[in-house]
Amino acid sequence: MSFPLSHQVINLMACLLLLIAFAMLAQRRILRLIYLFALQGLVLSINTAVVALATHQPHLYFSAGLTLALKVVALPWLLHRLIDRLNIRWDVETLLNIPTTMLVGIALVIIAFNLAVPISQLAGTITRSSLGIAMASVLLSFLMMITRRKAVPQVIGFLAMENGLFFAATSATYGMPMVVELGIALDVLVGSFIFGIFFFQIRETFDSLDIHHLEKLKEKA
Amino acid sequence: MIEIALVLVLPLIGAVLLALKGNRPWAAELNASMSLLTLLAAAALTARIISQGPITAWHELFFVDALNVFLVALTAFVAFTTALFSRVYMRVEQDRGKLSAARLRLYHSMYQLFTLTMLLALLTNNVGILWVAMEGATLATVLLVSLYRTAAGIEAAWKYFILCGVGIAQALFGTILLYLAAEKVLGAGGTALLWTHLNAVQSQLEPNVLSIAFVFVLVGYGTKVGFVPLHNWLPDAHAEGPTPISAVLSGLLLNVALYAVVRNKVLVDGALGSHLAGHLMMGFGLLSVVVAALFLSRQKDVKRLFAYSSIEHMGIISFAFGVGGPVASFAGLLHMSAHSLTKSAIFFAVGHAAQKTGTQLIDQIRGLIHTSPAVGWGLMLGSVAILGMPPFGLFASEFLILTTAVQQHPWATPPLLGALAVAFAAIFSKVQAMVFGETTAQRLPHPPALVPVFLHLLIVLLLGLYIPPYLADWYRTAARLIG
Repeated sequence: MSFPLSHQVINLMACLLLLIAFAMLAQRRILRLIYLFALQGLVLSINTAVVALATHQPHLYFSAGLTLALKVVALPWLLHRLIDRLNIRWDVETLLNIPTTMLVGIALVIIAFNLAVPISQLAGTITRSSLGIAMASVLLSFLMMITRRKAVPQVIGFLAMENGLFFAATSATYGMPMVVELGIALDVLVGSFIFGIFFFQIRETFDSLDIHHLEKLKEKA
Repeated sequence: MIEIALVLVLPLIGAVLLALKGNRPWAAELNASMSLLTLLAAAALTARIISQGPITAWHELFFVDALNVFLVALTAFVAFTTALFSRVYMRVEQDRGKLSAARLRLYHSMYQLFTLTMLLALLTNNVGILWVAMEGATLATVLLVSLYRTAAGIEAAWKYFILCGVGIAQALFGTILLYLAAEKVLGAGGTALLWTHLNAVQSQLEPNVLSIAFVFVLVGYGTKVGFVPLHNWLPDAHAEGPTPISAVLSGLLLNVALYAVVRNKVLVDGALGSHLAGHLMMGFGLLSVVVAALFLSRQKDVKRLFAYSSIEHMGIISFAFGVGGPVASFAGLLHMSAHSLTKSAIFFAVGHAAQKTGTQLIDQIRGLIHTSPAVGWGLMLGSVAILGMPPFGLFASEFLILTTAVQQHPWATPPLLGALAVAFAAIFSKVQAMVFGETTAQRLPHPPALVPVFLHLLIVLLLGLYIPPYLADWYRTAARLIG
């Protein structure tokens, strides 16, 4: 009777992911945000491993390992080191207040669930019920990118969005083919390094990581 | 097969060599010679495809037909001529103390890597690898946009990175949905993402999922093409980066992103049996043409001016592919090649003009014709060509697109013609003032690189006067693939 159990674990993990996405939206402290991002990676990795176990898809073990290495260990470590080196202590500032953001987030979840219905009907995977959650976490990360003022939380939002997409790929299709997944992982890794370089460039030029300084280039009316 | 390997391996070798030795004085020459070798390999590949027809290579990992080999040839050619221009341009920048040798090393290495990612995006048979290569192209250019480390440059690069990153994430979601639909028909595993297999079973793919997938793909890659309203990054990145990068962004990257959209469009139209994808492309294209034309007259920075002109032309090309059919697709391909060549030639001339006057502001660039007739005439002729005046190639393609629009979608003709007229008034008046009048220009320490400018304009002129039959056949074959 391993099938129903694994099914339940997958649903639990999906719920945790949605919870983490909301927690990130509400989180004001930057260090906590990084921990939440690492936790999201861990849940994602466990979920992938359970799906692999339940469906006997050997390549999913590999993606679970890749997620663990990249998104639980490497990227959070990189981000942590970065904020140490840049000596960032301030809290996260948001453009909207947190309760409003949460309400918008709930609306997004409803939209995502509605959008996912026709797609998940087509998907024959055991994980298809979590497709709505995957879309919701993509949209919530997107919301986080829009509402944050500083560069680092924006980047975490970007990486969280990539996590959501990865989850969507696992739920809908048991993951993309291996070579594509490797390529995406490479892009994410290189992208994160470039983000890091950018933080230093922005700091050097503006003495702050507030991206409000980056709003000079506009069309003059 | 060996040609495909060479086309991809040569830029990779170039990137590695230049990453190691890119700070030497001869790095610019090495950059140009690696680009030349890539061009020769691309020419050999083109010759083989023309004589043998479409091929796949290495377990169907790569797929070359008339459509992508045409873009491979164009990409390798413009990458080579831009490397020639960049040799002189970057030397002047270095002499003026704007760039250190270490920055030039980054620049040269990334230039080769950027060429590699574009060629990989064009040659790959795998929809997923196409996505990876497109993202790679963003990553390779983002540090080049902020190469001068000015406040405006860093802002432009950050905007480029975030907007294109979010955009391309949408494209990834679209690709996942495409895989979901394909997996039902082709089974799980590698083959379900290969263009060759997908096109063979296009009528069996689930239409609802595919139409949702196409919307995501169009928005995602459309951000990189610069469709309005997703175009915000484009003028900034063009204005703040070094001019050779503006030339390759406008002349090549936008084309490659549009290629990704077009391949998806062919598939989705086949699956839906309707014209939904084409209509979406027409809508985005028309909106981009009109909005970009209206923005042109407000521009004060010459590179921003021509960046908006690129948005306008991408809109025209996308409109043509959206209309579809043999004539419009033919015209779209012709416009694509003529626009790439003309726009990069204009950026070469603009780059030297900005160096001569020490500014990119249109008001302060005056009388180029007095100190350097060649740069002045290059800019003037390039602008006349980009505005679609006869006898240049863009006239022929715009004429074909407009006549098709009159026949099939008469409602689209007034906005198109109006936008072209507005663009003419805006660009011509600005360029005329820059070329003639009292001069503000000074001599450069190195003779400007003018061969690429006039070579490009000559080809565009020839395309307007006489398209050789073999070239016309080639365009026709490629147009048939677009449908």
